Amino acid sequence: MSDWRGLQGDLAATGYVAGDDLAMALHLALMLERPLLLEGAAGVGKTQIARTLASLRDTRLIRLQCYEGLDAGHAIYDWNYQRQLLAIRAAAETGDAAHVEERIFSERYLLVRPLLEAIRQPVRPVLLIDEIDRADEEFEAYLLEILSEYQISIPELGTITATTKPIVILTSNATRDLSDALRRRCIYTYVDYPDRATEIAILRMHHPGLEARLIGQIVAFVQALRKEDLEKTPGVAEALDFAAALAGLGINDLTQDPVALQASLVTLLKTQNDRAAVPTEIAQRLAGKAA
Amino acid sequence: MARVFKPVTRFPQRAGGPADRMAGFMAHLRLNGLRVGVEETGKALAALATVQATEVAETRMALKAVLTSSADDFARFDDLFTAYWHNPGRERAGQAQTKSGSGAKGVLALDHAQSSGAGTADRPDSDTTGEADQSGEGRRVGSRVTNLLSVDLRHVIDPADRAEAEAVAARLARAIRDRRSRRLKADHRGARPDLRRILRASLSTGGEPIRLYRRARPERPARLVVLLDVSGSMTVYAPIFLAFVKGLMTADATTDAYLFHTRLVRITDALRDPDALRAVNRLSLLAQGFGGGTRIGGNLAAFNHSYGKRLVSGRSMVVILSDGFDTDPPEVIGQELARLKKRGCRIVWLNPLKGWRDYQPVAAGMAAALPYLDLFAAANTLKSLAALEPELARI
Repeated sequence: MSDWRGLQGDLAATGYVAGDDLAMALHLALMLERPLLLEGAAGVGKTQIARTLASLRDTRLIRLQCYEGLDAGHAIYDWNYQRQLLAIRAAAETGDAAHVEERIFSERYLLVRPLLEAIRQPVRPVLLIDEIDRADEEFEAYLLEILSEYQISIPELGTITATTKPIVILTSNATRDLSDALRRRCIYTYVDYPDRATEIAILRMHHPGLEARLIGQIVAFVQALRKEDLEKTPGVAEALDFAAALAGLGINDLTQDPVALQASLVTLLKTQNDRAAVPTEIAQRLAGKAA
Repeated sequence: MARVFKPVTRFPQRAGGPADRMAGFMAHLRLNGLRVGVEETGKALAALATVQATEVAETRMALKAVLTSSADDFARFDDLFTAYWHNPGRERAGQAQTKSGSGAKGVLALDHAQSSGAGTADRPDSDTTGEADQSGEGRRVGSRVTNLLSVDLRHVIDPADRAEAEAVAARLARAIRDRRSRRLKADHRGARPDLRRILRASLSTGGEPIRLYRRARPERPARLVVLLDVSGSMTVYAPIFLAFVKGLMTADATTDAYLFHTRLVRITDALRDPDALRAVNRLSLLAQGFGGGTRIGGNLAAFNHSYGKRLVSGRSMVVILSDGFDTDPPEVIGQELARLKKRGCRIVWLNPLKGWRDYQPVAAGMAAALPYLDLFAAANTLKSLAALEPELARI
């Protein structure tokens, strides 16, 4: 039985600094074999944890990106209609019409989509269901059935039971409320923007070449920026880009070159209004405080 | 909470083993509004088996992951956990406890005391008893736990409440917008096969219908036009209605909004300004005369003559937010609404006074308007606004 601290350490070794809450939730999800539901703002590393977990356990990552209008045909399985039709036609030519029906509803004519794929793996894969809040509510119902039974019934083929239970990670940006039933199936954690120490650790891990003092400045700057009234708050990914940009520009002090700092803000501010909201003076004031 | 707690809680001697205390904890969570049932208790016990249950922080995090299911619950859980397991105000040592629920109730009360102490809402208390005869359900009930949805909108002033009004409005706007056509259009996810097109395409594949085409009923969004009364009698409702109108606008790019008092002003562009501060400035420039007298009839006439001609069609819904007190002759309202109605639109009148007890539409203007309305509804609480959703979707 691996301890959750051990899991946290393993994640860190693989390049993901997880907070205590997140590590504990993940540990429990693994132990209790429950799906893990991660909510939080965009850019706090919800998707990344699935990738890291897959590489940590050396298993496949199967990803299902949700969108409005996602249906069973795109998420679970579909029949390859064109191929079936050709098979029927070919069978008619050769006079083998007797077995054609059996044949065209076999595995060969099945288009396997992520959810079906995930339950048929020889090794437990990581199944990432990304941005579930974007999918429609009816899709949630499908999902609920699969997540509780780990089996999929295909009327023409019979029921397919999971060979291994996938490790399921759902992410949501909370653009709409998920159903209670789905929430109750899951282990839940809310992923917030990392605190100062965690963010410093993340930056240090990804940019080992940067000076500790500059990393401290970057983190203070980004965290101050998050408190500003912005349309799109910069996440961890943006902070990493920002650090990379500063490293590329050869800056080792935020207050040193206002023009370069302003130019590198393109990595943090992603809308025109946000750009306008942080002119050089404000950026310099924030940088001055961070220094 | 920066306090250091003793790791061991004093439980009365009668209390049973860990399972009993866990059951008590679940009851405590339920009382505080978390959705936890028998299944969750099982999950929680299973979770405790996988961690060091003697470590307080570890136990707290494990239970938090298992028992919460939304961002709100997640944020509150630490306090609830502390209140139950370390609670300083739980009960005095030696005091007999009749059942585990009573301790939890004490905590619940304590919790409310804390939350109202740190409270965000700057709503006035329900003080004015002399005013009580004016208002029906819209009055604040005398409980410490305020139910925002049934607070009369006159008392809704803090930004969070406005955000709520905007959210309600956005939901309404979506309900109105969602209308389908009877015709069928090509749609690759449509429910019906487009036989004609499939046959045509099959000619190129030797008669085999290899490519399937589908059709569906396209949505024909209804167009929303909002007329907001900001005259003196409506001043108390104006800020929240403005938020409401803004919410209606965010849901759909074609929604149009107007203010009127003695003049009619188009505020669509100002409300759509993504810069909130500039929007407020533009609005206050536009709203010179805010809180003055009302000329509903005259303004409706102005609307019919200018914007109405271009913007109102059979697919429109005109929403008028007004209390119906008019300084123009009442015939004008009737006449202008009739003219508006001829354009084929649906007309909805939301009147904040209607939610008051014993309200009768006796104001002459209001009485004249009634025959032309598809829906005449109360708009004095967020709940009454939210309740409009099915109504609006129907008409």
